[in-house]
Amino acid sequence: MSGTAVVEKKERVSVPFDYNKYLRPNKLPHIWCPGCGHGIVLKAMLRAIDKTGFSKDEICMISGIGCSSRTPGYVDFNTMHTLHGRALSFATGVKFANPRLKVIVVTGDGDALAIGGNHFIHTCRRNIDMTVVVMTNATYGMTGGQYSPTSPLETVATTSRYGNIEPPFDTCEMAKAAGASFVARGTAYHTLELEKTLHDAIMHKGTSVVDVIDACPTYFGRANKFKSTTHLMDVVEKDGTVNVKQADKLPPEKLEGKFLRGLLHKVDRPEYCEQYENLVMEKAKAK
Amino acid sequence: MGEAAKKLPRIVINEKFCKGCSICVDFCPTNVLEMKGSTVAVKDLGACTRCQLCDLRCPDFAIQVFD
Ligand SMILES: Cc1ncc(C[n+]2csc(CCOP(=O)(O)OP(=O)(O)O)c2C)c(N)n1
Ligand code: SF4
Ligand code: SF4
Ligand code: SF4
Ligand SMILES: [Mg+2]
Repeated sequence: MSGTAVVEKKERVSVPFDYNKYLRPNKLPHIWCPGCGHGIVLKAMLRAIDKTGFSKDEICMISGIGCSSRTPGYVDFNTMHTLHGRALSFATGVKFANPRLKVIVVTGDGDALAIGGNHFIHTCRRNIDMTVVVMTNATYGMTGGQYSPTSPLETVATTSRYGNIEPPFDTCEMAKAAGASFVARGTAYHTLELEKTLHDAIMHKGTSVVDVIDACPTYFGRANKFKSTTHLMDVVEKDGTVNVKQADKLPPEKLEGKFLRGLLHKVDRPEYCEQYENLVMEKAKAK
Repeated sequence: MGEAAKKLPRIVINEKFCKGCSICVDFCPTNVLEMKGSTVAVKDLGACTRCQLCDLRCPDFAIQVFD
């Protein structure tokens, strides 16, 4: 037992979740590498969706391009696999055309924050009702492990052989500053906490951003000399994060360099589709 | 013999899906599982507490524990 076992909640004994209800059996097993965190995040997402009570037809899952963006291919919702960085633009179109759909965007840190960075901030600014799940593995997994906008300083990637000199983005700070009305963070390691966070994000009306720290053992893990996926999860996801509810009780030195998990920001702000509809109705009445 | 009468859980492993990442082995709190080549195998079923951690953190839909 090299990993640290943490049983997050006792009540979940002996009832395995039936994932098959939401999967496309002929598309499995998925293409992700052994130990890839994206699979753990997908499972948390399916449990969260199940808890919301929305039917499969009410959900639309949309992605861009990347390993993380392969997710919609495996699930039995309305799904779209679109262009690199442009998932949010497609999602905006879908939501605007049919505001009754619950739109969930699954994106990578590269997809959302590098090529798609502009779409990301403007989606947050509009506060259009959708959930944006950013799988943050601190690399471009699909294209061979280049550093991404979330790669920590000094980490090694195929494009930073001597260590990364670019300061990373804090995805949550950026989402909040841009106007997202629900901002949270989770990790694949804290999978039950993540399930709850994703559930709350989906139920929130407005743009919900959930930054999910997960592992790319193949590129980030190997390049940075982690012994195993478990080691990577222990260091980055478990030891590298603190739940926001515990953060107040900790001295500042214990929080240094750590990411906060849990709900980080939530406000009531007018939602885009609703505002648009109100405007149209108002103008129609005035005629 | 209370120990022998104890109802054992059922651990179902999908060997076609398991990619041998060993996450379940590493995170099992009671050392129930082990790697056998490139798939996981049950080593000590009696020690299983049905905590579900192996299922929860398996990225590959490859392991489930039934009561
Ligand atoms: C317009 C365009 N530019 C570049 C690419 C190449 N490309 C594919 S995936 C990717 C990065 C993926 O990284 P991320 O979104 O973090 O996903 P991950 O694979 O890490 O899950 C890039 C640069 C592309 N497909 N399209
Ligand atoms: S390259 Fe990295 S992100 Fe892509 S499937 Fe493999 S482990 Fe996952
Ligand atoms: S249910 Fe818990 S104790 Fe049983 S094998 Fe899985 S991780 Fe180990
Ligand atoms: S976590 Fe899943 S894929 Fe990894 S070894 Fe265990 S059963 Fe196999
Ligand atoms: Mg990535």
